[in-house]
Amino acid sequence: MTKETRQLNIMLIDELPERSMAMEKLLNNLGHKIVARASAGDDLYKMVNRFLPDIIIIDMDSPDRDTLEQMQSISSDQPRPVVMFTNDDDSQTIHKAVKAGVTAYIVDGLQPKRVMPILETAIARFNEYQMIRDELKKTKNTLEERKLIERAKGIVMKQSNQDEATAHKSMQKIAMSRNMKLVELARSIIAAAELLK
Amino acid sequence: MNKADKTNQLTPEKPDLKLGFIPLNDCCVLAVAKETGLFEKHGLEVELYKEASWANIRDKVCVGALDGAHMLAGMPIATTLGLGFTRKPMLTAFSMNLNGNAITVSNELYERLLVIDPDLVSDPKRSATALKQVIDENKVSGKALLNFAMVYPFSNHNYEIRYWMASAGINPDQDVHLRVIPPQYIVDNLKHGQIDGFCVGGPWNSAAVKEDAGKILLTGYEIWNNSPEKVFGVTRDWAEKYPDTHLALIKALLESAAWIDKAENRNEAAEILADKKYIGISKEVINLSMAGDFKYSANGKSISVPDFNVFHRYLANFPWRSHASWTITQMYRWGQLTESIDIRKTVESVYRPDIYREAAEQSGMSYPASNYKREGEHHDAWILKEKEQQFDMGADAYFDGHIFDSENILDYLSAFDVHSMKVDLEALKKLNKS
Repeated sequence: MTKETRQLNIMLIDELPERSMAMEKLLNNLGHKIVARASAGDDLYKMVNRFLPDIIIIDMDSPDRDTLEQMQSISSDQPRPVVMFTNDDDSQTIHKAVKAGVTAYIVDGLQPKRVMPILETAIARFNEYQMIRDELKKTKNTLEERKLIERAKGIVMKQSNQDEATAHKSMQKIAMSRNMKLVELARSIIAAAELLK
Repeated sequence: MNKADKTNQLTPEKPDLKLGFIPLNDCCVLAVAKETGLFEKHGLEVELYKEASWANIRDKVCVGALDGAHMLAGMPIATTLGLGFTRKPMLTAFSMNLNGNAITVSNELYERLLVIDPDLVSDPKRSATALKQVIDENKVSGKALLNFAMVYPFSNHNYEIRYWMASAGINPDQDVHLRVIPPQYIVDNLKHGQIDGFCVGGPWNSAAVKEDAGKILLTGYEIWNNSPEKVFGVTRDWAEKYPDTHLALIKALLESAAWIDKAENRNEAAEILADKKYIGISKEVINLSMAGDFKYSANGKSISVPDFNVFHRYLANFPWRSHASWTITQMYRWGQLTESIDIRKTVESVYRPDIYREAAEQSGMSYPASNYKREGEHHDAWILKEKEQQFDMGADAYFDGHIFDSENILDYLSAFDVHSMKVDLEALKKLNKS
């Protein structure tokens, strides 16, 4: 059962640092490293970018949760898996419901046996989610790009009376000579056509 | 039997309720209802819970740890659509207030803007244009991007500051860093130079002015007159399970909002808000924005802005479906919503004027028959005329003169020069034929 787990670099966020002391001690005992500790009003963006934690653990009663959520949704903000801890009784129900989500909750106190699997699961789920998101984005981009290229081709065909193949070739040639991607050229063609409309 | 007698007829299915709020001026609609016994009057035993984040509010309402809550107008829509980590059908039948936001910038940025255009406060377009020039100058001199903050992605603060910036050709996703910072930290962030400006609700703009951490550049009212702000949100399941409880709640909130809206009661409302249970900041600071006088800078004069917070007049509590439609256009505009949806269907499931009407009817208050209005058409107070009744309404203009017609959403969406749209407009058009 006790599989060897890697050492995690953890960022801990708590508005009242004394509340997170127990959590910190527990994580240290489990062999993990607290690389950053943030409290009320700290610049989370800067800290996450500087310390690049494997996971962020936040007190559910910290207002910074809203900041973290936004960071999780913007790729350039270096999204990180997030786990919340709380001693609030209400959280039992929350825990049940959020099981399926990206965010994980640690409830019923700080039992070492329970904390580790939650962290590991959160990281695994986060990676999975990121992968799906990246893939979706890629497929969407390709589709989007194809649409733009086809639209630009239509404009070229109409304006210079070329057939599809010729229009495609001349666009490729120009893109190559200007060191642009075909889709970038397509965008300029469409923009220019809109200006001249 | 007269209408008002029905008040006592409701038997709430669930009289013991837990409601959540975020410590902001507009939570007073809940706070006053609690402190003045309005919930009890309607047969409800309500506990109010001060929550730390909008995400907590969302999650707790979703799972029933809270029965309902003070929410940003965009939250029930976003959560119904599954934007922002959780998906759960929600609805609102009660708008808590109009307006209340402002954009504050650091003293340093204010000075730079003022040098560019000494008349910048006369028109939001001018302040945005001056900001564009600062951004351009910074680009030329190789300086880092300016940092701005708002409080939640699905907030009107976010949509207002973006609308304002975009009017001058600033893309808030590319030309500045626009990030989420919790309201109670936002003034300190400005003071310490971590951000150059923010859009937030009361009392935090006044708190920044009071501490001379920055100056209020413009109010949300100036961007869109009488724009929607907070709503009372519940899950659809909850509303279906406890319809009479929901009505009793809305009746209590209607009375609370009507009471707060009277100028002579604002001071008492501020007193309640100042308590540690609620905002826990001095009454004086709260009154800077709640009392109708408004100070834009520490050394400036107080200016009378009676509509800076509107809680009841102008049909402020009515859940206009045109407000929800506009919110969805902004979700598309800024790439939060990427899939094509049937906008009308979503709006009709989340914004529920039918429930509002029932509560108003039982309270003996009049209510409009229409669900939508053309937003942006009125630059001054106006009268909404329906068959047998009429309502005093406030202005609803956007500073750039645009009109938003919920019947013509696709044209509205296609007209934005500055946007981060990710949806396929053709596909969206197919789903939203008018």
